[in-house]
Amino acid sequence: MSFDSFSDFIAMGGHGLYVWSSYALGLAVLLANIISPIMARKRLIAEQLRRIRREEAQS
Amino acid sequence: MPRWFYQLASPRWCYQITGKLLPGFAIAAGLLILFGTVWGLAFAPPDYQQGNSFRIIYLHVPTAYMAQSIYMTMALAGAIGLIWKMKVADMVAKSCAPIGASLAVLALATGAIWGKPTWGSWWVWDARLTSMLILLFLYLGIMALNSAIESESTAAQSTAVLALVGLVNIPIIKYSVDWWNTLHQPATFKITEKPAMPPDMWIPLLILVIGFYCFFAVVLMMRLRNEIIRRERRSGWVRELLMQQRG
Amino acid sequence: MPMLETKLQPLAVLEPDSDTEYRPGRILLLTLKRELRLALRRRSDLVNPLIFFLMVATLFPLGVSPEPSVLATLAPGVVWVAALLSTLLAMDSLFRSDYEDGSLEQILLSPQPLFVVVFGKVLAHWMMTGLPLTLMAPLIGVMLFLPAEGMGGLVLSLLIGTPTLSLVGAIGAALTVGLRKGGVLISLLVLPLYIPVLIFGTAAVEAAVTGLPVAGHLALLGALLALGAALAPLAIAAALRISVSG
Repeated sequence: MSFDSFSDFIAMGGHGLYVWSSYALGLAVLLANIISPIMARKRLIAEQLRRIRREEAQS
Repeated sequence: MPRWFYQLASPRWCYQITGKLLPGFAIAAGLLILFGTVWGLAFAPPDYQQGNSFRIIYLHVPTAYMAQSIYMTMALAGAIGLIWKMKVADMVAKSCAPIGASLAVLALATGAIWGKPTWGSWWVWDARLTSMLILLFLYLGIMALNSAIESESTAAQSTAVLALVGLVNIPIIKYSVDWWNTLHQPATFKITEKPAMPPDMWIPLLILVIGFYCFFAVVLMMRLRNEIIRRERRSGWVRELLMQQRG
Repeated sequence: MPMLETKLQPLAVLEPDSDTEYRPGRILLLTLKRELRLALRRRSDLVNPLIFFLMVATLFPLGVSPEPSVLATLAPGVVWVAALLSTLLAMDSLFRSDYEDGSLEQILLSPQPLFVVVFGKVLAHWMMTGLPLTLMAPLIGVMLFLPAEGMGGLVLSLLIGTPTLSLVGAIGAALTVGLRKGGVLISLLVLPLYIPVLIFGTAAVEAAVTGLPVAGHLALLGALLALGAALAPLAIAAALRISVSG
């Protein structure tokens, strides 16, 4: 552990704002990368199921 | 050609194998990134010059590295798609672009944030940052071309050609930018080329790079599976799969 | 009716040939002749990039400062950027008219090696845009107070650099030929690839202004041109086949 206390860890020796904002941004980008395919998958499956139902109704 | 190469060409086989691989890679990515980040943020010693702001390296370097690797992957997949007319390779290439572009943006943003305490300004026309910006432009061009062409197969082939042209250009761009940079301003900033990083500093970096590779694999497989379902929606096995979802 | 004549113009690649063996030199020459003749019939297309070049260069003194010392330091970059944008502007028309009247399909179907025909088209296109731009550059240089020592470097660097721009731009034009809104897209695809040429080109001019040897920069531009001339026609041919057949 290279920090003495938790508040030291948050402060990052005066650079806390820079370090934490970049990690927050990183987390946001990683989460967006994970969430967007999951949402797309849900949308896609719902769409295809609708299509199948429509085709069944027609035939 | 080995047998698995032909199997790779089958969207159904790909869908099944990625379904099996996905959880393992997801766990590995999560653990490695978490472990590396905690080590890098809390346990690695501070830099003797930059203090704690250097900890941004643990995000900046892996993402910059990945942005380049993903471009290689995309161009390679595009080339395979062009040469062997392999649909799955086209889908891989298409799925790569948004991931690579987002990581390039992240690398640029973290570079800018790191630049403020280190160089005193948000943006410096440093050779590495400029090359990364141009890489982002290449990604954006590929994505723009892909979305402008309506026919799936034409779009895939056109973007593959563009990606390969970009691949030939990347080393040229890199060297020309390096050279331009030394011409215009003396190279005073060399952050990542500090000699002799202690192992406590570079081991978490290595862990994070491996973790980001796994993360890329996870997102790529997720996007690839969506793409397979979308393009193979008329085939019997996708229909069965969808019916299971409903049932 | 000049339009009709254009249509009736025999395609170089369809010229009756007594023997069936490939003669790339002849195909190149015939393509070049056809393209130049077509270009000379549409003179406004020839002049437009030049006017654009002049206008962009005029905007800089208005936008930045009329101060000769400021302009002189900016001049190499401004002339190069303006030349780059002008070639890009002309790029869209490279395959467009051939695509619209169907002769591009004929070229693709012909048994002649496509990259030779493509090379001829790009060469003709450069002679109609890049070459006039190069010849006009000293005028812009004078307007922007570029020191007289830099003129030689400017003309030489443009002479070697603009063919590379045409070759790389033609890849973008070939990829977007079937699309209705190809114009903006070409810029997005091609501009990042133009960066090395821009860097070495302006460096050559700056070296010439400060009296340093120019040969090294010109050699690098020449290397880029050699690479482009060897590889770009293949990429253009592949891109044309994809976008026309798809």
